Amino acid sequence: MEHVIETTLTVNGAAVTRRIPTRQHLIDFLREELGLTGAHVGCEHGVCGACTVRVDGKIVRGCLMLAVQAAGRKVDTIEGLSDSGEIADLQRTFHEHNSLQCGFCTPGMLIAAQALVQERPDASRDEIREYLSGNYCRCTGYQAIVDAVEEVLQSRKSGVRA
Amino acid sequence: MNARAELPLHAPGTKTDKGYIGQSVPRANAKRLLQGRGAYVDDLRFPRLAHVVFFRSPHAHARIKRLDLSKAARQPGVIACFDGRAVAEYCTPWVAVLGHLKGIKSPPQHAIAIERACWQGEAVAAIVAETRTQGEDALQLVEAEWEELPVVTDMDDALAGRYVIHPDLGDNVCFKRELVTEKFDEVWKQADLVVEETYAFGRHTGVCMEGRSILADYNAAEHSLTVYHATQAPHMMQDIFSKHLNIPESSVRVICKDVGGSYGIKVHVYPDEMATAAISVMLRRPVKFVADRLESFLTDIHAREHKATVRLACTKDGKILAFDVDDVTAIGPYSVYPRTSGIEGNQVVNLTGGPYAHREYRAKMHVVFTNKNVTCQYRAVGHPIAVALTEGIVDLAADRLGLDPAEFRRRNLIPDDAYPYTAASGIKFEKLSHQQSLEKLLKLMDYDQLRAEQAELRKRGIHRGIGFAAMIEVTNPSPAFYGVGGARISAQDGATLRLDPQGAVYVTCSVTEQGQGTEGIFAQIAASAVGVTIDKVRVSTGDTGVMPYGGGTWASRGAGIGGEAVLQAGRALRSNILDIAAAILNVDKAKLDIVNSEIVDKLTSESKMPLAELGRVAYFRPDTLPMKFQAELTVTRHYTPREYGFTFTNGIQASLVEVDADTGFVKLLKHWCVEDCGTIINPMLVDEQIRGGVVQGIGAALFEECLYDENGQLLNGNMADYLVPMSGEMPDIIVGHVETPTKTSELGAKGAGEAGTAGAPGAVMNAINDALKPFKTRVTSQPFTPEKILKALGRV
Repeated sequence: MEHVIETTLTVNGAAVTRRIPTRQHLIDFLREELGLTGAHVGCEHGVCGACTVRVDGKIVRGCLMLAVQAAGRKVDTIEGLSDSGEIADLQRTFHEHNSLQCGFCTPGMLIAAQALVQERPDASRDEIREYLSGNYCRCTGYQAIVDAVEEVLQSRKSGVRA
Repeated sequence: MNARAELPLHAPGTKTDKGYIGQSVPRANAKRLLQGRGAYVDDLRFPRLAHVVFFRSPHAHARIKRLDLSKAARQPGVIACFDGRAVAEYCTPWVAVLGHLKGIKSPPQHAIAIERACWQGEAVAAIVAETRTQGEDALQLVEAEWEELPVVTDMDDALAGRYVIHPDLGDNVCFKRELVTEKFDEVWKQADLVVEETYAFGRHTGVCMEGRSILADYNAAEHSLTVYHATQAPHMMQDIFSKHLNIPESSVRVICKDVGGSYGIKVHVYPDEMATAAISVMLRRPVKFVADRLESFLTDIHAREHKATVRLACTKDGKILAFDVDDVTAIGPYSVYPRTSGIEGNQVVNLTGGPYAHREYRAKMHVVFTNKNVTCQYRAVGHPIAVALTEGIVDLAADRLGLDPAEFRRRNLIPDDAYPYTAASGIKFEKLSHQQSLEKLLKLMDYDQLRAEQAELRKRGIHRGIGFAAMIEVTNPSPAFYGVGGARISAQDGATLRLDPQGAVYVTCSVTEQGQGTEGIFAQIAASAVGVTIDKVRVSTGDTGVMPYGGGTWASRGAGIGGEAVLQAGRALRSNILDIAAAILNVDKAKLDIVNSEIVDKLTSESKMPLAELGRVAYFRPDTLPMKFQAELTVTRHYTPREYGFTFTNGIQASLVEVDADTGFVKLLKHWCVEDCGTIINPMLVDEQIRGGVVQGIGAALFEECLYDENGQLLNGNMADYLVPMSGEMPDIIVGHVETPTKTSELGAKGAGEAGTAGAPGAVMNAINDALKPFKTRVTSQPFTPEKILKALGRV
């Protein structure tokens, strides 16, 4: 039988307890066990960033972390961040600039963008491009994403939420 | 900030209604994707869902001596194991040829290989399990013995035919074509200058973020099959599942919810997907297959492996007389079903030299089989090859003549007043705008200033280059593309519009959405045509059970064909609504109009009735209408392009790069594109199609290549080793427009999906070679990696 560990973690603010196979990745746990299908599986080797979620406030690749490693920690996904309104301004500027096409990379891109906006409030266009270089988008060519993030950086700085 | 539309929002000469056409309306149906609430195939949840994984050939060419699935079958969670013969009892093989590609040949292909695997990654067995993990565990216990066969990886070897991959076919040539204009030889002799160069193009692939995905759900009680499929062409797939699984077409339903990128990758028939559908029938339960990243690299169609020699003949005063091209392309062991793998080479023949006014042309092209993954139509099919060949040799000729490359193009691009025009290759243009596009580009990039800056920097050892690529793009194909060749791929599309009681307009159209924004522009067109505000429009696509029949999404046809169907249906619905309004108000229909979801007096604009009131009467109190009056609030219209084989768009791109002569690295500084897609329905979406397309083209030019060794082993089947453009390396891309609507439709839209990808590689190549000019060397083999550039510089 597969080795499982009973694990408790907090997902989008709510405590969750499950018997988790030790080899299961966090992204598979979120998608398969909890039905949180917003974060996607793109490459399963930590390159594309589609599975980006937040653990204890830091962005991680859901395909490079085991679910049992999240024991006792706080996991936030696109579903939670959408419901709390935390990234509503980014979601709005992404929509207005058409910073998404197929939308598969978008949840990961938004979570990475939120980390950027929080960590680098003064980021230039080049720095935005550099920061988001871990998130692959095949559709947009990135420029609209940079535009949307730039607008949020400016609006948050001026205190007026976009 | 986004460069907001600088073009005239309403192109002169279009016959569209005012309203939302030409406005950058944020896309309908995008908000759910921003909240992670999309519905991609892998997000769907089904009771009794089984997962299938495939045992794939580790060899590029080998006979299966023994295949033992018994150990795998005994693993926990395993439901069933099948080899090729078992699946073949439920799924017939196919042969991917088309009647109008004369002489094209390909062997029968099975869903799962029987006896022999012809490329590394070809599926030879299927394991079905309760979870994907259990299936993958069991996969490790499949036992196979192989007899390795000779492997053909090089296209010249394939053409020489020392070893024939499919002996029944006689040689390794899938398809060949030759074309020569009548006076070619005569005119060629008059040339003052002939330049010649050979170009190579690495094979690359689409790298969709979402792997190919299919969930097939067979209902044994009804002998019906519902397939949730990440596909661009639901009706084409309905026909194919019906034919090969022997289920009546009316009992096959293909549903295409959100699709995580496609770019042509998801418009083909894949053996493992056919096997998944067959296994659902065999097991009488839902079965899902999602390609993981390695499987994607090994089995998603590749594209572009070409080698071509091109020659250009011109006069000493810079007039191009003729082009001569000889292209070879290697497509793997099978022509891909049902579109065939002959189209890309065919496009190279059709399109090389396409923007120019020369009258003579000769082309020769061979499509050959090899033991690598199959290649087929990927975004801009053949265009990136044809454009790079043309523009590379045009630059070389300009250089030999001592002419500025912009000036040389100005002298030779087809004049804007020459239309309708038949090109030397025989393709017909309704109306293009090459000259206007060139002038607009030069102004947009401040060309003279850039040249001055380049000269200044060169003195300081900084090597910048400017490269151009003029282009034409095939869009809105008529039945001449596939239908005439016998493929059951619809060239027409349909749209149904329905006014609901509260005044909402429901739109469904057979063109599908993969993120390019078709649903968004359909909402704009429908709102404008009917006269409602856009918040009242709902669009859904991608379900053969409910939408009109049509071709789907490929060849930049969504706006031009699907959009026209929506426009025509919208106009008919508007007329029907006005009939009802006239009956309710007892006034002449001609005196009424619909504006902002209100029935108004046409002359005074006075509001007569909201559409919600009209809907209430039509649906719930039709007893109050005249006795013989029947309200018709659902309307369907179809559209087929007929007048020309294709609509063509045109444009020109420019790239500014800096080459580091010590490291061979190319830094992209800026990229420009001026293009003419006819009527622009949504400037923001068009610009984003262009930018996304340009970046895919840049990937081809600088980074992307599926590398195989001499044994046919893929060396870089993962995203760490196969490089794609990331945000850090990409420049800002300036997009400008010329708007020449097609007169073949009322909407006037020509299409915009592929132009960026078509032109970018040629522009980047020319920019690099311009930068390398002081070193008197050139690069001609894409992708232009630092290693290739250093080799050209003689530094490694």
